[in-house]
Amino acid sequence: MIAPPKPDLITVNVDGREIAVPKGTNVIEAARLVGVDVPHYCYHPKLSVSGNCRMCLIEIGMPAVDPVSRTPFPVAASGMPRINWMPRPQIGCATNVAPGMHIRTNSPLIKDCREGVMEFLLINHPLDCPICDQAGECKLQEQSTGYGRGYSRFIEQKNVKPKRTPLGPRVTLDDERCILCSRCIRFCKEIVKDDVLGFTDRGSYSTLSCFPGRALANNYSLNTVDICPVGALTSTDFRFKMRVWFLKQTNSIDAESSVGANTVVWSREGVIYRITPRRNDEVNDTWLPDSARELYKAIHASDRLVAVKVNGTDSALEFAVGAATGLFRSSAGAIAVVGSGRSSVEEQFLTRKLADALEAPTHLVSRVGQGDEILISADRNPNVRGALVVGLIQALPKTRVAGDATPSSRLTNGDVGVAAPVRTGGLTELAAQIDAGRIKAVVSLGEDLAAAGLTATQLAKISIVYLGTHANATSAVAKVAVPTLTVFEKSGTFVNQQFRLQKFSRAVPGPVGATDDLVVLAKLVAAATGTKIADEIGPLWSVLATEVPALRTVTVANLPATGLLLDGTPWAVLPFAEGATLHYKPAAEPAAAGALKS
Amino acid sequence: MPAPAQRRIVFRHIDEPGYTSDLACYVRHGGYEMLKKAVGMPPPAIVDEVKRSGLRGRGGAGFPCGVKWTLLDRKSGKPIYLIVNADESEPGTFKDRSIIHQDPHQLIEAMMISSWANNVKQAYIYIRGEFPQGARILERAIAEARAANFCGPNILGTNYGCEVYVHRGAGAYICGEETGLIESLEGKRPYPRIKPPYFPAVLGLYQCPTIVNNVETLCHVKHILEIGGDAFALIGAPNNTGTRILCVSGHVRKPGSYEFEVGKITLGELLNDVCGGPLPGRKFKAVIPGGSSAKVLKFGETFTLKNKDGSTRTLTVEDIPMDFDTMAACGTMGGSGGVIVMDDSVNMVEALANINAFYAHESCGQCTPCREGSLWMKKITARMVHGTARAGDGALLKSVADQIAGRTICAFGEACAWPAQSFVQKFGDEFKAYPETKKAAKPAGALELV
Ligand SMILES: Cc1cc2nc3c(=O)[nH]c(=O)nc-3n(C[C@H](O)[C@H](O)[C@H](O)COP(=O)(O)O)c2cc1C
Ligand code: SF4
Ligand code: SF4
Ligand code: FES
Repeated sequence: MIAPPKPDLITVNVDGREIAVPKGTNVIEAARLVGVDVPHYCYHPKLSVSGNCRMCLIEIGMPAVDPVSRTPFPVAASGMPRINWMPRPQIGCATNVAPGMHIRTNSPLIKDCREGVMEFLLINHPLDCPICDQAGECKLQEQSTGYGRGYSRFIEQKNVKPKRTPLGPRVTLDDERCILCSRCIRFCKEIVKDDVLGFTDRGSYSTLSCFPGRALANNYSLNTVDICPVGALTSTDFRFKMRVWFLKQTNSIDAESSVGANTVVWSREGVIYRITPRRNDEVNDTWLPDSARELYKAIHASDRLVAVKVNGTDSALEFAVGAATGLFRSSAGAIAVVGSGRSSVEEQFLTRKLADALEAPTHLVSRVGQGDEILISADRNPNVRGALVVGLIQALPKTRVAGDATPSSRLTNGDVGVAAPVRTGGLTELAAQIDAGRIKAVVSLGEDLAAAGLTATQLAKISIVYLGTHANATSAVAKVAVPTLTVFEKSGTFVNQQFRLQKFSRAVPGPVGATDDLVVLAKLVAAATGTKIADEIGPLWSVLATEVPALRTVTVANLPATGLLLDGTPWAVLPFAEGATLHYKPAAEPAAAGALKS
Repeated sequence: MPAPAQRRIVFRHIDEPGYTSDLACYVRHGGYEMLKKAVGMPPPAIVDEVKRSGLRGRGGAGFPCGVKWTLLDRKSGKPIYLIVNADESEPGTFKDRSIIHQDPHQLIEAMMISSWANNVKQAYIYIRGEFPQGARILERAIAEARAANFCGPNILGTNYGCEVYVHRGAGAYICGEETGLIESLEGKRPYPRIKPPYFPAVLGLYQCPTIVNNVETLCHVKHILEIGGDAFALIGAPNNTGTRILCVSGHVRKPGSYEFEVGKITLGELLNDVCGGPLPGRKFKAVIPGGSSAKVLKFGETFTLKNKDGSTRTLTVEDIPMDFDTMAACGTMGGSGGVIVMDDSVNMVEALANINAFYAHESCGQCTPCREGSLWMKKITARMVHGTARAGDGALLKSVADQIAGRTICAFGEACAWPAQSFVQKFGDEFKAYPETKKAAKPAGALELV
């Protein structure tokens, strides 16, 4: 016997095992809690229930009750209640558990139901697994192995449907493989509110299509590929490129905004092939913007920095550190540090250490765009809160007014639907200091000072130490430029808009010539202070835990895959830029609105 | 013993010489008197009369109408809708069409009584797309009734109003299924809804409580009000009350639609006495008694049924009284009242091929077993008839049907499975012998189109 259930739990019996499950749980989820797999296709935990695939059929019984006394009839022999089994199988996805419910998932009837559904799904299926991208992660493959009969009784002609219909710029449909589960339709309608997909024709000739004159072009279209249980919806980009079982999976974070959607980066031999969402019910559910899936392409961009430069000529890291140290000495008292909301928590911590050692004021570049109310927030920096937590900044950087917007091309490619420009700014104070001649040297952590508002004249007045991944106006004029790594090539943590600390891990090695930002920063800090400091995540975290109050109890090694919520109350009054997204509500709307205007 | 005479209540004026579909004629024949009576009654009293009448749905499932009305969620505060199911698409059924074409005001009066009884302010007639003439007649009748204050605002001078709209389908059988109908009426594909939770009485049209009744069912409401629920319950047989219209088609001398007290006429009397028996030189072979979805009956088979006192009785097909319960006990159903007769000229494989083609074409395609199974069965029978038949095809057909029935979203699953199951079960020999039958029909060496 199990302990008496808590008030919000009810006891049900799955295949003879009594379990306590939360009220409102459906049978698929209830069975999952005891490790019983109820196979299904159309059910998706984040979408409405359509109940059309019929794969999840199960038997349901309720204890028989005496109609007069309303108490259960016990069976004389066992004392257990007598169960009235419903004459027909029911679908588990649309059946919510009820107190005392009995569920059979492995009876002969259910076995027959599953074999039947599997057979039906396969008779018109093209069985082109050898050339299908879904092979290896296909529910139809898996469940035909697990629940199918293993032989065919179908000798008729199969239906023929279109094999390669472009539904939009990024999704290609193979209609013959579609099992008509309607997940993709429900996703577009319910999550993106862009109701562009539907079925035409009827019966077994039903065909998925876009409404005439419309396209599946929203910035979430590739999620339909993720949730398509078969190989019907394919990513036009990934199609036919690689077998999924050859790919290594690395957990990462979408760095395009402060939402911090959880991702998996799929790579092989140092090359990334695709990025998919990783389920986190507190952050992104099972979704990911299309734009997040294209970010890795920046790795191989032609403007990638791969050579250390001192005064514009190729150099080596040690010389660069030496040159920077010399600059620090000559400009002592007139140095500023421009940190980045794209740097990791660890990098921001070392940046602060550097600023402390140089007694330099710190700035942060703001990036504010339009939020899409789903998984892209107005704050296009993934880690502004990290900078607050480690003390790199005390207040939020000021956003420039709308008039002088600088559209940033890489993160908000209009092609992928995030058309609104991003305003980059936050350096007005620094600009004034440069004009006044009080600042002569600037260390920039990957930030293009020109894009952030400094004029050419201002840039000409200062000596710049630049650490970054891509060439820009700042790297071009920097006295010292050190190539560093993208988020895919290093490990670290970000603090998202909910103050959730989330980890990303290195998926692929960086290019030859680029150095981990932490290593470069640690060298600069050591040069500035004369004492060595850790340059790897593990050792660095023991320092963070002792020096940063908000991280005192955190150990990065034990960070849950879904992140850890930090206490954000010390910063609750700040006017953060974000409006509501999927799992985020701004503390107070007026403050957010104010931030956008200021 | 001669067959009992028809008792025409709903069909009282159908095919009556000189009777026209306009309001004046209807009023001349006592029309809208019952609506006048109704608005003088408290609504629950009308619901009560319908409950006591024992009226069962004539659309297919035979569900008690009064019970359906009491299941309505009246506490939600949402509007309550009434929908008349005039989709009449079950093959073999042609009764609602006659009512609509010849006596539309009977339907409108019945709708208004039912609307008053259930506090309905908007009522819809969902009519199949293939009835354009019927839709025009209804539109005209509604306009007439509205002008005469029999529907629309301030019915009969009261402050109760109810608008009636005609909605035409686009030609799909599944729009007859009540939740598919509701989706279609909402402007979507007629995908039947999952039940639970979408029972129309609670979450129907626009997620509001909704009554869906067949044309004939609703017409009876008017007559229940006329004679009283208790008196209505005395017509027909216990639990199978009132009259119903039987539509006989196929191999009889006098096909047509006939109205009888439920259960007071046997299948044999209907076919032999009322419909004039088989065509000259032919013999009855099979009959589908309740629309093409019902399981077929084979002449010559017998049914042993339990009586109330525990004894048993044995019935031949001809002995079966045409009521809901006995039909069900004989393994078929009264269904929509469409009686399809086949004589010994019919090959059952070919007949099933025809039925299968219909269901494969009409499956909405939403749920796997019905979508794939119905087309597979069609492909099998089409191949048997037009290509190579195999002796094992019958068994395969039945097995496919077994994988459909009871596992789908809506009752279409049964509708398409029951014919295959019953044809193969009862005429299995014909399916086994079909390869030989075909060879015999086309002797070796016969000229072929090449
Ligand atoms: C596939 C299918 C088709 C149906 N077609 C019709 C129809 O054409 N006309 C009809 O009145 N009922 C039809 N029904 C029955 C309706 O779902 C519903 O039960 C009926 O309209 C209820 O009315 P009643 O209680 O007055 O019979 C159909 C049911 C199914 C499953
Ligand atoms: S394309 Fe995929 S997700 Fe969409 S209905 Fe077909 S099988 Fe389901
Ligand atoms: S049983 Fe057939 S008609 Fe009914 S919902 Fe399923 S596919 Fe559609
Ligand atoms: S998961 Fe498809 S019917 Fe339940």
